[in-house]
Amino acid sequence: MGVTRLREDFVSGSLPFVDTYGDAGLGLLGDPSRRAIFELLARRASSVGELAEQLPISRPAVSQHLRVLKDGGLVVSEAQGTRRVYRLNPPCAPGWTASGTTRSGLFRRPPRRPPSTPNKEDR
Amino acid sequence: MSPSTIPPLQGTVTVSVPIDHAFRVFTDSIHTWWPLQYHIGQADMDKPILEPREGGRWYEQGVDGSECDWGRVLAWEPLHRLVLTWQINGQWQYDPNPDHASQIEVRFTPDGPEQTRVELEHRLLDRLVDGQAIREGLQSGGGWTAMLELFAKAAANQE
Repeated sequence: MGVTRLREDFVSGSLPFVDTYGDAGLGLLGDPSRRAIFELLARRASSVGELAEQLPISRPAVSQHLRVLKDGGLVVSEAQGTRRVYRLNPPCAPGWTASGTTRSGLFRRPPRRPPSTPNKEDR
Repeated sequence: MSPSTIPPLQGTVTVSVPIDHAFRVFTDSIHTWWPLQYHIGQADMDKPILEPREGGRWYEQGVDGSECDWGRVLAWEPLHRLVLTWQINGQWQYDPNPDHASQIEVRFTPDGPEQTRVELEHRLLDRLVDGQAIREGLQSGGGWTAMLELFAKAAANQE
């Protein structure tokens, strides 16, 4: 996803996300690697390895970023068999776009680019 | 307390399919016409789901397995009437309090053997916390008529 022009209607006047994330949210997603990880997790819950495959950063670096995001409450993980899978948190609260602004809601959210991953999922 | 009421939103469409097909596509096959980008969850939506019974959930399933509620089924009266709650407030969050729920009524009426008129009313928006923001958000997307047109296209394509 390219740089998103900040539009007025994506920045909410009342900021409910601040209660959820505090100032940490803004800071944590200021890092472009973390934004990229966040954006990938919005498309599919993933393991460290699966994320590293799609990003120009190493597995240890991905792990470190996930630890930071987890401590900040932006992702959660669970064991799925032998894998540990990460997903966005909280799932239903108004959240962050990759550009770091809040989503203003369902009829003004920009559609994501379709994922260009090698493995197409069955629908 | 302000006495003003947020006016209801309405939409209508005539679809070129029989009423049973129209009702089934609207409900059982909601995932074939509801736009993927119209949802509240943080993760991308995989599909919306409408549970086909009174008291059923209306919710989205995320691509990551998460689920976010949108409302409940208040009335399930195939093939003519469906009433749902819309409990997404002006902060784009689901509010579980039923006293804060707006309502969506959908009526299906035969208009000849191969045609069905579908009328939708979204009312009680002032029960939603910041319901005005929801009204504006829905209208800015073309309102319910635009959504019904997507439904009509899908229903016609699936015959």
